[in-house]
Amino acid sequence: MSEAAAVSGTRARPRARHPLAQLTGTRFREFLREPEALFWGFAFPILLAIGLGIAFRNRPPDVLKIAAVTPELARSLAREKLLAVEELPAAAGAAELRTGKVVLLAEPGPGGTVTYRYDDTNPDGRTARRLADDAVQRAAGRADPVGARDELLREPGSRYIDFLVPGLLGMGLMGNGIWLTGFPIVDARRKKLLKRLVATPMPRPYYLLSFLLFRLSLLGVEVGLLLGAGVFLFGVPVRGRFLDFAAICVLGSLAFNALGLLIASRARTIEAASGLMNLTMMPMWVLSGVFFSSQRFPDAVQPLVRALPLTATIDALRMNMLQGATLLQAAPQLAVMGAWLGLSFTLALKLFRWR
Amino acid sequence: MAEPLSKAALRVRQLRKAYQDVVAVDGLDLEVRAGECFGLLGPNGAGKTTTIEICEGLTRADAGEVEVLGLRWDAHASELRQRLGIQLQETQLAEKLTVWETLRLFRSFYHQGPETAEVIALVQLEEKQKSRVGNLSGGQKQRLALACALVGDPDLLFLDEPTTGLDPQARRQLWELIERFQEAGRTIVLTTHYMDEAERLCDRVAIMDHGKTIALGTPRELIASIGVEHLVEFSSDGAAGSVDTGALGRIDGVREVRRENGSVQMQVTELHRAVPALLEELGRQGVPLTELRTHSATLEDVFVALTGRHLRDE
Repeated sequence: MSEAAAVSGTRARPRARHPLAQLTGTRFREFLREPEALFWGFAFPILLAIGLGIAFRNRPPDVLKIAAVTPELARSLAREKLLAVEELPAAAGAAELRTGKVVLLAEPGPGGTVTYRYDDTNPDGRTARRLADDAVQRAAGRADPVGARDELLREPGSRYIDFLVPGLLGMGLMGNGIWLTGFPIVDARRKKLLKRLVATPMPRPYYLLSFLLFRLSLLGVEVGLLLGAGVFLFGVPVRGRFLDFAAICVLGSLAFNALGLLIASRARTIEAASGLMNLTMMPMWVLSGVFFSSQRFPDAVQPLVRALPLTATIDALRMNMLQGATLLQAAPQLAVMGAWLGLSFTLALKLFRWR
Repeated sequence: MAEPLSKAALRVRQLRKAYQDVVAVDGLDLEVRAGECFGLLGPNGAGKTTTIEICEGLTRADAGEVEVLGLRWDAHASELRQRLGIQLQETQLAEKLTVWETLRLFRSFYHQGPETAEVIALVQLEEKQKSRVGNLSGGQKQRLALACALVGDPDLLFLDEPTTGLDPQARRQLWELIERFQEAGRTIVLTTHYMDEAERLCDRVAIMDHGKTIALGTPRELIASIGVEHLVEFSSDGAAGSVDTGALGRIDGVREVRRENGSVQMQVTELHRAVPALLEELGRQGVPLTELRTHSATLEDVFVALTGRHLRDE
């Protein structure tokens, strides 16, 4: 049989077929052929940045809507540019106040006084109260003893979007690092593909290394897309050295890859792995300052918050991008990331189950 | 054993393996000669897969010796990996890869072996080589799994339940591929719980039950060993209970008569004499015959004769 004879024909392996190249290529193929992974890994963070960037974009200060019962009051109040005054009968004004259409109702009181009705638990109500009273007092002839001048600060670097983009970068590094390492490994174990691979002469470190190479080569794309969107759409600054920025991203990615490897080291089912991944990532989404500063948590938990790999990654990115800090200045953060990398990787290799 | 030990492709001595409380392999001895197709036949849970996975170096034995191609796993694992072809039960290959990509990946692990295109031709998947694994039929997936075992040009091929779950046509196609490999002079060790598969493919068969070998030989020898060539089975519409089986047992050439699920089974050596005599006897007893079947003894009957159970009993 000619085909049977072909089995015995032996040839040397061409160089292009190096197993590490094949395994890494497999990682790319499996990833690119999974549209959902592409969306969550690449498109979603950008959409989130655009959405939040628009929602929290710098607008002229809000104008507060208030109502006044008499034309005199309305005229005095209209001099304050931050208030939009509506003249209404008392009953209609009270109704608008109750339904939140206006935040304050100004009525003339007994003996030439003014009564302000507002909800003092609503910050807008309190602000309106101060603005309205200032306007009324000044209209009545109050002179301020100290002159004041306003200087407004709306520079790139101090806006919400500038704070947000490094947070989203860190969140992306974590999500992709953990999911794209952990999920395929557990899936392969569940399908007994891992066992099939170790039944071949495949060098086992190559298998793990292929995930590392895959992640590192993808890193430039995923970070580049989000950073590019931040820089070109919103003018987010990168004030530190770009090489330092890249180094932080690589170290962060490696730390999360190692964590993903650790999570995947023993799990046999997707459900178990998903649970572990969520358990790992959820606290960091909340605590690590993606969307708001982690400084807001009480002092007692700050050491814990700062020891999380995502906090360290995001803090280091913010220091680099917003403050132009050097790697040396970010050394404590880098040390935390390095520790997570070393510990997770060592433990993962010890625990890893190949079948 | 007339063969010198060095000629053995696989040698297993006093193999033992227990999981928690279950003893999966219980003092097993095996010897597979170079160039033969050797079958481990037995019901589910007999210890076939555990045995073959210990031989494949995937499971550690509790006790006993295993020598594969004259080498041992603890000392020569990397050389053995290069020389073995392995197909596991229930492996799902990566669904997103194509047939070609899968085989190229597996091929990259081996120092030598046929080109990817040759292996694809060998298992007749040329038309599917650009298809994703997830889109293949069960038989095509199993052929791809076989191809993955062949990419390293193995000296010894392990196949664990190669046709389980396949339709008859896909099974026959896979059998032909295995036979072709066999004709090329390669050694094969396969497990199966299909007696027809073992009879067709295997030069020698070890029948396993409860982690032990209970019979060993060529399919022909094993069938001959139970001293029965044919089996006759009849039923008589509820009246089988009233048949005088003692009288049937006295018919010439009938060895054993058993009632089973409302029918009567007889082990028979000479079919051409026993059947007319049986019909005559049933006529004399006034038993109406609703069904009469005869078949030649198979490995299934060997298993039944040795254990009193069927291979596929769950």
